[in-house]
Amino acid sequence: MNDATRAEICAAAVSDNFRGDGEILVSCFGSVPSLGARLAKSTHAPDLLLTDGIASLVDGVQPVSGKRAAPLVEAWMPFRSVFDLLWGGRRHVVMMASQIDRFGNQNFSAVGAHAKPSAQLIGMRGAPGNTIHHPTSYWVPNHSKQTFVERVDVVCGIGYDRAAGLSPQQRRFHEIRRVISNLGVFDFATPERRMRLASLHPGVSIDEVVKSTAFELAIPGDVPTTRLPSASELALMREQIDPEGFANKEVR
Amino acid sequence: MDKRTTLAAAVAELRDGMTIGVGGWGSRRKPMAIVREILRSPVKDLTVMSYGGPDVGLLCKAGKVKRLVSGFVSLDSIPLDPHFRASRQNGSVEFRELDEGMFQWGLYAEAIRLPFLPTRAGLGSSVLEINPELKLVRSPYADGEELIAMPALALDVAFIHMNRADAKGNGQYLGPDVYFDDVMCGAAKRRFMTCERIVETKELLAGGALQTLRINRTQVDGVIEAPGGAHFTECPPDYGRDEVFQREYTASAKDEENWRRFKAEWLDVSEAEYQTKLHARRTA
Repeated sequence: MNDATRAEICAAAVSDNFRGDGEILVSCFGSVPSLGARLAKSTHAPDLLLTDGIASLVDGVQPVSGKRAAPLVEAWMPFRSVFDLLWGGRRHVVMMASQIDRFGNQNFSAVGAHAKPSAQLIGMRGAPGNTIHHPTSYWVPNHSKQTFVERVDVVCGIGYDRAAGLSPQQRRFHEIRRVISNLGVFDFATPERRMRLASLHPGVSIDEVVKSTAFELAIPGDVPTTRLPSASELALMREQIDPEGFANKEVR
Repeated sequence: MDKRTTLAAAVAELRDGMTIGVGGWGSRRKPMAIVREILRSPVKDLTVMSYGGPDVGLLCKAGKVKRLVSGFVSLDSIPLDPHFRASRQNGSVEFRELDEGMFQWGLYAEAIRLPFLPTRAGLGSSVLEINPELKLVRSPYADGEELIAMPALALDVAFIHMNRADAKGNGQYLGPDVYFDDVMCGAAKRRFMTCERIVETKELLAGGALQTLRINRTQVDGVIEAPGGAHFTECPPDYGRDEVFQREYTASAKDEENWRRFKAEWLDVSEAEYQTKLHARRTA
């Protein structure tokens, strides 16, 4: 056991989640996914494409905090090009979810009835198009019964039950890879494609996850522990990618 | 043709119930001088189409909006617009929410005079429940795939803000992204372009690479010189977002007293006064 923080453990899980993705665009929302994607690019996935958050692709690794060198701009990526690229499929997005359900339906549009929501959030953005065109994962820094819900109020990102209602042709690019929360890592490797506890972060009990989830998770007999980042990964994160510890502010 | 006109003349073309398009994205290069002019006008019941930012929040708060068509409303450095949220949460504004790519597709269909464009985006999502008029279309080819037929989104008037323009209606953006401003113009019957500075045509190419001359004069009916016209949203390289002002804008949503104060200081004044007050504040 090393002294990795929960955020660093989550970031390493995000990094592992890009294994085998090759030369694709990664878009991340949230500090932990941004740290995880840069960790992946610095280690096992140097071919990943990352944006500067504006309209450029930058190669090399730009830190998420601390002193930044001049970025190595490698291509122009305005919003229109992002739309073209994502409909073409060469992308893996990590979005956040205000609500997510057992089949991976995601909501960050509004809580309550759409006609008059109790809480208006940002809106669907590109979630419907993302989820039907290329792999999608989610990051939820506050795992609770309010975020892991029985039913999402608005389906922005589509889950496996909604995809199953489409034709095989319509759903052929749909894939919810993983959900990473502050408590564990989840996938959909069950016959009915419902959410399964894939690993527990060190120090988290199955009971804590169950009590924080409003639906029934698939829980295998033997649940592994999420791996700790290696010493070299920790050094990369702390010294180069996130020296000011932004990710540690997102999750405890 | 000299297409120079004024904010007042452009906004005077609006009628109650019209559909308007607002260029820019989030809190980036928004035609805010036009938005402020609309706030001073009596027009109401607008359908607003926008990659939404504070344009949407202000128009909603001022009671100008019946319906919003968009994929999101965000202030970028502040994720949510409190005025837009309040208008939704009190049920005063209808939100025809679309995936942001579908939204582009609808505007683009109108711009190229097609009744619809097919897309996979939206299938399986709540988009189809929120917008019950959407229909599916089957590919006539061997694949036979069923897709959403995203209908053309027609605008009565589009408003965009550019860094530079000439009097004939050629526009130049000098920042990193044109967003969908050209598509907005394409989808509209009447098109007004504000800009930081009107220059001689020959000066346009001197100011930036050929590809920055993204708006041509077939896309524009009126040109308005409005320095600071995107404030408080960003308009690089001329200026960045005024984050202090944007925080004051969001703070104005705290209660009616704060809103009255903000409105009296910044909205119940002419555009010239607005810019003068801003300048005075910067040099104070």
